[in-house]
Amino acid sequence: MSEMAHLWAIPRVSRRAGRVWRRNFDVFCKTWKVNFFPPFIEALLYLSAIGLGIGSYIGALNGVPYVNYIAPAILAISAMNSAFFECTYGSYVRMYYQKSFDAIIATPLSIEDVIAGELLWGATRAVISVTIMLPVLVAFNVISLPFSLLTIPLAFIGGLMFAGLAMCFTAITPGIDTLNYPSFLLITPMMLFSGTFFPLSVLPAIFQYVALAFFPLTHLVSLMRMATLPAPGAILLLNIIWILVATVVFCIISINLMRRRLIV
Amino acid sequence: MTAIIEADELTKTYNDMVAVSHIRFSVKKGEIFGFLGPNGAGKTTTMRMIECVSPRTSGTLRVFGMDPEVNPAGIKQRIGVVPQETNLDPDFTCAGNLLVYARYFDIPSAEAQIRVKNLLEFVALTEKRDTAIDKLSGGMKRRLILARALINNPDLLILDEPTIGLDPQARHLIWERLRLLRAQGNTILMTTHYLDEAARLCDRLVIMDHGTFLVEGAPADLVREQVGSEIIEMDNTPEVIACLDELGVTFEVAGDQVQVATDASSRELAKILLDRCKTSRVSTRPATLEDVFLKLTGRTLRE
Repeated sequence: MSEMAHLWAIPRVSRRAGRVWRRNFDVFCKTWKVNFFPPFIEALLYLSAIGLGIGSYIGALNGVPYVNYIAPAILAISAMNSAFFECTYGSYVRMYYQKSFDAIIATPLSIEDVIAGELLWGATRAVISVTIMLPVLVAFNVISLPFSLLTIPLAFIGGLMFAGLAMCFTAITPGIDTLNYPSFLLITPMMLFSGTFFPLSVLPAIFQYVALAFFPLTHLVSLMRMATLPAPGAILLLNIIWILVATVVFCIISINLMRRRLIV
Repeated sequence: MTAIIEADELTKTYNDMVAVSHIRFSVKKGEIFGFLGPNGAGKTTTMRMIECVSPRTSGTLRVFGMDPEVNPAGIKQRIGVVPQETNLDPDFTCAGNLLVYARYFDIPSAEAQIRVKNLLEFVALTEKRDTAIDKLSGGMKRRLILARALINNPDLLILDEPTIGLDPQARHLIWERLRLLRAQGNTILMTTHYLDEAARLCDRLVIMDHGTFLVEGAPADLVREQVGSEIIEMDNTPEVIACLDELGVTFEVAGDQVQVATDASSRELAKILLDRCKTSRVSTRPATLEDVFLKLTGRTLRE
């Protein structure tokens, strides 16, 4: 089989992947206090600075108060960051410095199980962040219930997409320092140009196409906004299909790349 | 006797580099089997193939009669691994490490608690139960890794340099535990650079170099067959060498020493050498596995 074909092979993942998820969950629970506050504070800061501060100049955008407009973007960005950083720096530390993956594959678990467990955990981190932020947004009265609860399953699928993308970088990075490249060359531009703090429509057409074609966050923000306003958008179907396809592709390729890196 | 591991023509290549080349061996139930060899000889690669974490390039390999390519989970369920590198989980305590590891083997929680208690006792770490990993000494870490490898009551224990960097007390404790495990019917596979350790523990061993086996056998037999029973050592001076040449005695130069391997008649030979060669020092000592090792693999430093 050629190298390319290997990358597309469907990995054999067993239910044992759940053990790896559980290991990470246990560690998270041990330090829940330090893990709990960042999303909470993050939501407060964004809402105050951008929502109330900048928002007071902007007022309404497309008939929606500015702070309500950015609220779903805050959720989507937080889901992206939680999953992405968990499966880049977090997974890399466990793989390279702690040798945890080596220790685990000496048991009945396979490397595919280990990576699948890590990806599920990355998605779970996204869910945890969004779930912690939701009450803050409700308290500020900037999202509408009960449709906004849809952001929780959206955080999971979006989180899985970013976890898979992150794990691809982790699988090919020569060292931990080079993981900075995807962080500032991909994550930062995405955070700004994915219809997060202003509508894509104000950008030149070429930027809009790039954002729609290549930025996963564009689609997650779009779906989250439909849930929190709530108002179905014209590109609902495109968003859903894009995210589902990207999630499957990223996860499969990341597991195969990791296998190639670790099983020699 | 049932064979626990059977390998035939087992080969592993990395790109163009041959790490293990056509080796053949079998390990019987209940024995301690050792892999010796300089760095890069292929010992760890062989272990990793048996542990089902590195696929073989060619040849056959069966562990408990199963093929690592076909049924890795079935094999791994029944083996315990002590890796060369310490890879304990720094996010958990001693007991936490064992409990989390028990879950990977699907050991029910109540049963795991009992095993953790017994194993911590077995490796003399009961008092460190709730201690973080980074607070442990090197010896404690190795002992905890041994306990971790035993969490699934393995039928086969694979140890890659189990006593590396340990003080004599810790090494003796590990040796004692390994003998105890063998007495309980466990099969143990180990690599080591400590030849005294191999001589003490191993029922059988192989010396490997450049991916192939040089010799295989029981430690005492190997020493007798390859070297003899005694070694006479003298200072490496031109006079001594000229004298030995004149007498027609076979010798080997080892740094500042000249060594003559002999059988039981070493005393007579030593006396002759002391009389005939102009040297102040002639000493005899029993031959060891180290003499076999250096004879077969040479004295050149390996990377």
